[in-house]
Amino acid sequence: MPDNILEIRHLRVQFPIHLGTVRAVEEVSLELSRGEVVGLVGESGCGKSTLGFSILRLLRPPGRVAGGEIIYNGRDILRMGRGELLDLRGRSISMVFQDPLTSLNPLFRVGDQFVETILDHEKGVRRREALARAAEMLAALGISPQRLAEYPHQMSGGMRQRIMIGIALILNPDLLIADEPTTSLDVIVEAQFLDLLNDLRRRFNLSILLISHNLGVVAQLVDRVAVMYGGRIVETGPAGEVFGDPWHPYTQGLLASVPNIMLDQPKLKTMPGAPPDLVNPPPGCVFHPRCPEVMEICRRETPESFETGGRMSACWLGR
Amino acid sequence: MKNLLRYILTRTLLTIPMLFILLTIVFVVIRVMPGDPVSAMLGGHAPDKVIEAKKVELGLNKPLLAQYGSYLLQVARLDLGGSMIFKQRVWEAIEDKLPATIELAFFGMLVTILVGVTLGAYAADHRRTGRDYAIRIYGIVIYCIPVFWLGLMFQMIFGVWLDLLPIAGRTGPRVFASTFEMTGFYILDTLLIWDLEALKDILVHLILPSLTLGLMLSGIFVRLTRANMLDVLRSDYILAAEARGLRHGKVVYKHGLMNAFVPILTMMGLQVSLLMAGAMLTETTFSWPGMGRLLLERIYLRDYPTIQGVIVVFALMVAFISLIVDVIYALVDPRVRY
Amino acid sequence: MRYSPSSNLGKVIGSLARMGRRYGAEWWILVAGGLIVGGIILMALLAPLLAPFDPHDQAAGPQLSPPGRAHPLGTDNLQRDVLSRIIFGARTILGVAIMAAIVTSLVGTITGLVSGFSGGVLDKILSLTMDSVYSFPGLILAVAFAAMLGPGIASITIAVAVVYIPTYFRLVRGQTLTIKEELYVEAARAIGAPPRVVLGKYIFPNVIATTVVVFTMSVGDAIMIEAALTYLGLGLPPDVVDWGMDLAMGKKFLPSGQWWLITFPGAMISLLALGFTMLGEGLAEILNPRLLER
Repeated sequence: MPDNILEIRHLRVQFPIHLGTVRAVEEVSLELSRGEVVGLVGESGCGKSTLGFSILRLLRPPGRVAGGEIIYNGRDILRMGRGELLDLRGRSISMVFQDPLTSLNPLFRVGDQFVETILDHEKGVRRREALARAAEMLAALGISPQRLAEYPHQMSGGMRQRIMIGIALILNPDLLIADEPTTSLDVIVEAQFLDLLNDLRRRFNLSILLISHNLGVVAQLVDRVAVMYGGRIVETGPAGEVFGDPWHPYTQGLLASVPNIMLDQPKLKTMPGAPPDLVNPPPGCVFHPRCPEVMEICRRETPESFETGGRMSACWLGR
Repeated sequence: MKNLLRYILTRTLLTIPMLFILLTIVFVVIRVMPGDPVSAMLGGHAPDKVIEAKKVELGLNKPLLAQYGSYLLQVARLDLGGSMIFKQRVWEAIEDKLPATIELAFFGMLVTILVGVTLGAYAADHRRTGRDYAIRIYGIVIYCIPVFWLGLMFQMIFGVWLDLLPIAGRTGPRVFASTFEMTGFYILDTLLIWDLEALKDILVHLILPSLTLGLMLSGIFVRLTRANMLDVLRSDYILAAEARGLRHGKVVYKHGLMNAFVPILTMMGLQVSLLMAGAMLTETTFSWPGMGRLLLERIYLRDYPTIQGVIVVFALMVAFISLIVDVIYALVDPRVRY
Repeated sequence: MRYSPSSNLGKVIGSLARMGRRYGAEWWILVAGGLIVGGIILMALLAPLLAPFDPHDQAAGPQLSPPGRAHPLGTDNLQRDVLSRIIFGARTILGVAIMAAIVTSLVGTITGLVSGFSGGVLDKILSLTMDSVYSFPGLILAVAFAAMLGPGIASITIAVAVVYIPTYFRLVRGQTLTIKEELYVEAARAIGAPPRVVLGKYIFPNVIATTVVVFTMSVGDAIMIEAALTYLGLGLPPDVVDWGMDLAMGKKFLPSGQWWLITFPGAMISLLALGFTMLGEGLAEILNPRLLER
């Protein structure tokens, strides 16, 4: 039995708006074990970011968790008291976001933002000591410790991204949630960033939940991948296997639509139809209106998960 | 540091054209308005020769442009001339009233910020709740209440009915300013000679006037702070701070408010002029011996040089304070100077 | 056809409620402001009918009597009925404020339009001048004007108007600049429309919504300045019935506890200013939500 640090069970997240209730995340279950990197992929609006935010209860109103559990270390995060939650954030589970410039407070020096995180979680630490630890972290990230005295706007995008990671990891958390971390970076910086993540993950035995719509980024880094569509997880499995031999029709369509520079493609392959209306999702399988292999049962009943050999597919086709 | 100095220099240079325009307006208002001040001063029936002589004495017979020129030169030398009514230099009349106004304005601004910014931030944090609406209503209502009426109501409630606080002057009947007056800032003066009894008396006299003045402006700051905070609280760095497990209070009031405060500071510069207008009305209501009351007094007496002098000083104060606000802005927001 | 007043009222309330649901809180603020303003204007217009006594009558009742049955708001030191003075005072303050607001809005709007539209040196000079005046304490300027011009309706109108012209200049200029950059204006100029036409046909109609809001808010501001000036004893001769002047007079009797002399005039000033402010704010939010970012 692998050492699971995070278990999400039957999570449901909803946004009640004037048009109705948006079912952003529907019956999602996912596990992460120690030291594992899991990629959460899907198109925009599939619910992956919402899922990521829900873990640390960072959902903004009107979003609310409608059901399920998120178990960390035997405790359900969703039912934790305020104090415990604040302690958890930053120390046991950290999160980094897409745009590093806007994620750092422009008015405070970088060093101060490190120190603040440390001092807020650990009583009795002296400022000097906290700064020393911050300097150490910067060194590990390949940044000169002199940068601690600078302001965020004085740094390049890639450096800021690394600073963000540094602050997230300064208290040595078990899990890092990264929400689209490379989307605002150029390809070269992106590559450096992924190398960095790999390095950090090995060094600190860090688990990472990488949320991205960029399959290429995900493929380079993750051990396992979970594919989301319409608020549900439709397929999971080891990255190599899922990308090499996708089971779920949606995954197949997703992979087929990635342009391949090696092939001679006169037209880009697309999937017909549009993402589902999450206020009134289609009955049965949420993907059935667009599925090239749709069957009668798909229209009526939500598919069960078919699991074999470490892989799962939520499809009546089984496999 | 060098950046900061360069920034200050640039702002100072920009202030000069503004000052110039203000001074011109003051000149136009005072000198060009209808009514002959000299005959008013001497009484309507003085013989023409006497009027002419007086005019020559005051330099009022020279062509307008020449008068304008000498006026500007005078201001540049900070020479505000002599009073037409009393045998004193204008500056003498102003110099002991100025600290009184500054003290009042300072504490008024303090109240405004404490009340306005806190309420505004609180309202933004509790958006769309009853507390938010109540605070917003407070903001609008307090803006519409004339500051002098607010003062009178306070005087009535706390001064007359409850007999708790004094309603006039800077000092009480048993405290004599001459015993400690040095800078004119009574709080400083009493501290310097460590006269705690007098200090207490002065502070008590400051309560109602500064509360009146401060509350009047707080409405604007409530709305301003709330609007800015709402924007700021949607930012990514607020989310990131929350994700790091910082306490909600710290996230809102340290990370949030500091960022929201920056645009508020710019506004503060403009509010200073409202502050001074309000100070004038407050001084009248509370018999506070400041510049505003001086201005009115001399207006009734038709003492034009003093009137002009007071307005010039006001203009200089406004320009100076705008400069200070700009500097503080640069100190707080590093993006401005690097 | 039966003309039933209750069903008509029902219809009015119904359509008000519908607008309320559509626009939210701002609509109700507008309605409330409108009711207050409408009520006071009505009071001012019907003053001779509503007031129980002549406001100048110095033998209307006993001296300095507190509110009671004969004089619901009491009497002042010259034995005049306070209620009547309140009712007639509305005329003065509304008259001055509306006239001043007309001047402010006209001058501010026209200069703002011209300045924003023509740009260049004229714009720079005007802007600098307006900014300088804007940053100066308005009341002090108004006091100077009122003092120099002497008492009278004209002088107080000018004094009040001067203070807020820069505010509205900036507002209109800002709007003009934004509209000027719009594509359809560029298109009009590209086909050779003369500046007069561009200004009149394209820019002004868009600025009109702003003008209405501007006007409403300038009345509110004018009310505050008028009250302040008359409280200070400037601007109006003593035989005019005015809330600000009554406040100044009533102030003297505060230490002896005659609270009704200052409570009612002050409350009315606040109420009227509040009415116009709410009206203006409500209008602004509904007509153009981004307008008030000054």
